[in-house]
Amino acid sequence: MALKLTPTRVVAAVVLAGFALLPLYAEIVGNSFVLSLGTRILVMALAAASLNLILGYGGMVSFGHAAYLGVGGYVVGILAYHGVTSAWVQWPIAVGLSAVVALVIGALSLRTRGLYFIMITLAFAQMIHYVGVGLYDYGGDDGLTLNARSDFGGLPNLDSRPQFYYLCFALLLVALYLMYRLVGSRFGQVIRGSKSNDARMHAIGFPTMRYRLAAFVIAGAVCGLAGVLLANQADFISPATMHWTRSGDLIVMVVLGGMGTLMGPVYGALTVLALEESLSSLTHYWKIIFGPFLVLVVLFGRGGIAGLISRWERRK
Amino acid sequence: MILFIEQILNGVQIGLLLFLLAAGLTLVFGIMDLVNLAHGSLYMMGAYFAAVLTKLTGSFFLGALLALPAALLLGIVVEVVALRSLYSRDHLDQVLATFGLILFFNEAAQLVFGVAGMTIPLPEALQGQIQILPGLPYPTYRFVVVAVGLICALFLYWLVARTRVGMLIRAGASNREMVGALGINIARLYTLVFGLGAALAALAGLMAAPITTVRVGMGENILILAFVVIVIGGIGSVRGAFVAAFLVGLLDTVGRAFLPDILTLFINPIQAASLAQGLSSMLIYILMALVLVVRPAGLFPAPGR
Amino acid sequence: MTGTILATQGLIKRFGGLIATDDVNLEIATGELHAIIGPNGAGKTTLIRQLSGEMRPTSGTVLLDGQDITAVPMERRSHMGLARSYQITSIFPDMTARENVSLAVQAHDGHSFRFWARAADDQRLTGPARAALDQVGLTARADIPANALSHGEHRQLEIAMALATKPRLLLLDEPMAGMGPEESARMVALLKTLKRHLTIVLIEHDMDAVFQLADRLTVLVYGRAIATGTPEAIRVNREVRQAYLGDGHGG
Repeated sequence: MALKLTPTRVVAAVVLAGFALLPLYAEIVGNSFVLSLGTRILVMALAAASLNLILGYGGMVSFGHAAYLGVGGYVVGILAYHGVTSAWVQWPIAVGLSAVVALVIGALSLRTRGLYFIMITLAFAQMIHYVGVGLYDYGGDDGLTLNARSDFGGLPNLDSRPQFYYLCFALLLVALYLMYRLVGSRFGQVIRGSKSNDARMHAIGFPTMRYRLAAFVIAGAVCGLAGVLLANQADFISPATMHWTRSGDLIVMVVLGGMGTLMGPVYGALTVLALEESLSSLTHYWKIIFGPFLVLVVLFGRGGIAGLISRWERRK
Repeated sequence: MILFIEQILNGVQIGLLLFLLAAGLTLVFGIMDLVNLAHGSLYMMGAYFAAVLTKLTGSFFLGALLALPAALLLGIVVEVVALRSLYSRDHLDQVLATFGLILFFNEAAQLVFGVAGMTIPLPEALQGQIQILPGLPYPTYRFVVVAVGLICALFLYWLVARTRVGMLIRAGASNREMVGALGINIARLYTLVFGLGAALAALAGLMAAPITTVRVGMGENILILAFVVIVIGGIGSVRGAFVAAFLVGLLDTVGRAFLPDILTLFINPIQAASLAQGLSSMLIYILMALVLVVRPAGLFPAPGR
Repeated sequence: MTGTILATQGLIKRFGGLIATDDVNLEIATGELHAIIGPNGAGKTTLIRQLSGEMRPTSGTVLLDGQDITAVPMERRSHMGLARSYQITSIFPDMTARENVSLAVQAHDGHSFRFWARAADDQRLTGPARAALDQVGLTARADIPANALSHGEHRQLEIAMALATKPRLLLLDEPMAGMGPEESARMVALLKTLKRHLTIVLIEHDMDAVFQLADRLTVLVYGRAIATGTPEAIRVNREVRQAYLGDGHGG
């Protein structure tokens, strides 16, 4: 099969290669901060990719996606608090619980549409946020420090920065590939069709609710995994991770990177976190620039970064 | 018993503040189909203007009197500059763009007014308490807030139900295109509606200023409550916003006041306090979820939606 | 012996004070092409919506093969053999014509909880999709994004999608709307082919086409069915002439 060198593919390859080589660069330059920033970007890219499935491809504007970061993180934190540090126990429980939570929230929310859907997902996320606040034994509003990272009993050793980094990278790659297959499958067609014209989907014979719910659950589970990684990376989890503004950040990443594209979430997470780092070193009030920037992107930047690349591609 | 009535009144007061915020939000969404997350920022700016102007002039009444048109002006500027181009966009674009506005406003407010919050004292004339019923004292200021809120509610009712403008508003909530096709100047109607909403939000903000800490983020907290109110009440319905605001205000206040005590019956006080804090914040969301399950379009949806 | 495939009994639809469907008793015989005509605003699309399940009547029943389907949702009716095309084009604009039709095929090829294999390479989907596109004459345009197709091609795509669901009964809402004479002639030829093995309920304003195709007509005025019969009987019906045909061409 001949592989065409399109700009879309080239940029994707370059970015992924960059991520692959980052630990080497960090080692050479002796800058471990960039490695930890890179880890955070990879984890948020995973979270954004999960949201991209339901938002970018499925058109479901979930304003409560950050809740799953919290669920995943708190499972790890609480289990670690009680001395259960084996990743083989923690991680399946975290992902499983995230899936269950997504199932419940989705079953209730997906009956609604439009602003109502946005609001109800927001409301559920707030509820989970307040559950976190109410967990007095586990830090409540102040959050919970992880007394140990997840233990795989060998490789990978999460206390080693490069190993943790490559684990996150590997998981992201796997997730992106699975997403690629999912979107091209029959299931993916139903999700895309439902975003495009849900009424017509019903008319031609699709009971779309069950498929959208399944997508919602998958997205929640993957985001729960991202939450597990995030908690391990920061050695900390707090209700702030689940605040609705964090869900807003995730939506920004998905849209900025390019909704409904494979690499969009990666570009989005990279841009937002890199901007955050560079701008905040310029001024404490970096959001005063970022806010209007976001407005301008929405008004003029159709399709985000991935869209920009494909527009350039079409012109060549 | 007295404590209970006091909490009811507090719930009414918070409900009315919520109503002021929600009324503008529901009108803007119902007529212009605009999801405006930055509505809370107008509330915050109303409070900030009131705080600053009160400190400058030394009088709350003067500060409030000047703050209202200042915030209204700000709202109109925002509408013309940023929001006009969003009317034809889909909701996601609106959510993102107004989210960006929130970030901007919050940072700008911190830059101009400082990171620490502001407090202003209650105006002297309104300090103290009045006897609503024999043996039932209630803070005067809160009573005034209730009174102002009720007057605004009546004004809105009169405006929407009894005037020509109100008829246009109701028609627009049901069928936007028809109103445009009838030759009404849509742009002016939109600016009017938005201005009205901004004024109400700012009014709520400046009234809240003496009884809360004026700081960045106050807008977002109450914004979510306002959204919950309009979803429960039915988008586009001022009457729905009124009923829902009361439900939410009462549930939140009474819940917060009595839940710790109820929970202490079952578990130890420290855990009860913490659990109650989390649980009582959840109550209104549970209410919203219940309403949406039974009535997916809210309690009083505008007909035709 | 033909039976009644689709019928309505006392169908009424009210919007507040407005009656859009006024006690309609329809009987569609199996295998016929039954046209529904009437002036604009007569409630034809509202009637089709209640037949397809998009809208619930205020009262009355809809029967398919004698079974009460009034409360049956749209997707189930599709699996019972009902298919509909839309007056205002309702397709998947961001997908190609082929993908549009493939989706319709997919809806009737078991469940879609298949997460791995590429749908675009699935012969079970692309084969029947191609057949449907051929039948309506869109083969050459199969890989064009639907939002780039012309208006007439949209109408063709609508039919292709309906056909791809292997229906027994087609509800066509103004398939020739906005078409020029050449395109209309092609659509009429297509419908003539389809009526050989499908029952068709056709809403149309194009009277030439209607009289060429219809076995029977029902005339709808202000939501009421004022007459039902063969084209000849309707043509000479005085009430109909007064209400509709007598005022020159309808629509």
